[in-house]
Amino acid sequence: MSHHTIDVSGLGFAYPDGTAALEDVSFHIGHGESVAIVGANGAGKSTLLMHLNGFLMPVRGSVNIGGTPVAKGTLSDIRKTVGMVFQDPDDQLFMPSVFEDVAFGPMNLGLPVDQIEARVDDALERVGASRLKERPPYRLSGGEKRAVAIATVLAMSASILVMDEPSSNLDPRARRRLIELLAGFEHTKIIATHDLDMALELCERTIVMSGGRVTADGATRDIFTDVKLLDESGLEKPLSLQGCPICGMA
Amino acid sequence: MASLEEGLYDLGRLDRLAYLDTPIHRLDPRAKVVTTLVYLVCVVSFGKYEVLPMLPFLIYPVVLATEGNLPLGFLMRKLIAVAPFAVLVGIFNPFLDRETVMYVGNLAISGGWVSFASILVRFFLTTIAALVLIATTSFPGVCVGLASLRVPDVLVTQLLLLYRYIFVLGEETMRMARARSLRSFDGKGMGPAVYGQILGHLLLRTYARAGRLYQAMLARGFDGQVRIMRSLRFTTRDAIFVAGWSALFVVFRVYNVPLLLGRLMTGLIS
Repeated sequence: MSHHTIDVSGLGFAYPDGTAALEDVSFHIGHGESVAIVGANGAGKSTLLMHLNGFLMPVRGSVNIGGTPVAKGTLSDIRKTVGMVFQDPDDQLFMPSVFEDVAFGPMNLGLPVDQIEARVDDALERVGASRLKERPPYRLSGGEKRAVAIATVLAMSASILVMDEPSSNLDPRARRRLIELLAGFEHTKIIATHDLDMALELCERTIVMSGGRVTADGATRDIFTDVKLLDESGLEKPLSLQGCPICGMA
Repeated sequence: MASLEEGLYDLGRLDRLAYLDTPIHRLDPRAKVVTTLVYLVCVVSFGKYEVLPMLPFLIYPVVLATEGNLPLGFLMRKLIAVAPFAVLVGIFNPFLDRETVMYVGNLAISGGWVSFASILVRFFLTTIAALVLIATTSFPGVCVGLASLRVPDVLVTQLLLLYRYIFVLGEETMRMARARSLRSFDGKGMGPAVYGQILGHLLLRTYARAGRLYQAMLARGFDGQVRIMRSLRFTTRDAIFVAGWSALFVVFRVYNVPLLLGRLMTGLIS
């Protein structure tokens, strides 16, 4: 898996109770690309993300990561490649201390102890959380939890980062730090978010979803200035593209 | 819901105590777990009418709490908070067992009262030992100790997750309880029916969270075994700790130390 690409073609999915969640979703994401997935609540963003590392298996169509199809037999390879950052960091940080949590993945990969320690230290340093190493996760602030959650994925050396609402529940400064952090990563990134301003800063490309379908796929700046499309998808122009509320200038 | 908030706060405080750095805290978790186990077995195995012979066991929690810099007042408060359970267990003994077993002066004391006292002493000794263990070792530390003593992984994982999520669940419960009391007036809406619904709701939320948690574990290569990387070192100091205390407990268990002391004293006086 030398190429960190994602190919989704004709993906359809319905939950066991019959609710259709995805219909005919197709796109290709290239190596090193940074893509935002936006859409109203219930548009199918989270369901789509759950297909990218095989939590959900396609009912129709297929998902390929770096040319390998997501299937039962390839799950462990897929999950090494695709690092998932969950919306609620409390779901992701389940070990007694930050160190042990970040070490959880590398331990499961069966790495030798000194390598695990090196990876944990490196991952924590990259997210600026080295000083939190010994702390238990329930005694971290929201921003710290998010940073550590990202470190848990970095420590796995994943080449594709999939993030669900990374900027939710963060105060403005923590959000700013997160954006700067993510901007510094060379990974292929997929970010599902309602924070369109963040999407504008981090992602050159945006996929818009509505009712389980892809309704637009293109350059972020073009999509976020298409008022009609945004309105139909239950979104609105990012604040940074709206006029100044005081002087009215765009 | 103040009591729940206080409970969570106290749990947090107990947790913080475990991060102190004293000779007792530095002992290998296994040493403390094993010693506590010997202590518990000795205390629990006393007969139901025995009270005095158990008292010397108090020395263990007192020494550890003092050496470990634990606030005794705080531990006592925690003990009193759970005492009603012990009282409930033994409260019927005095009514059921009315046979006189001893006299204090002219006062006849029935077996029921003695066994009630025995239950309370036992409760006190065992609970304070457990609190001291957690406060000097930390809950995860105890779990790591258990794991390396070959307690099944499933059990250790359960304990670890229980402890991690008790804080999350507690806060969730607190928020729901607050939301309810904000919209309950004159005691309406505070009844047991709503309680049931809140509990049901919490169960469903917990279930959903467990699902997400499991996904998060799978995403990082979980294969059924939680591996914890903590290097434990069992030193001579730990061995001496275990051996010394265990020997003392066995002596306390086999010989009625207060009685011997009493005899010695009366012997000296006469």
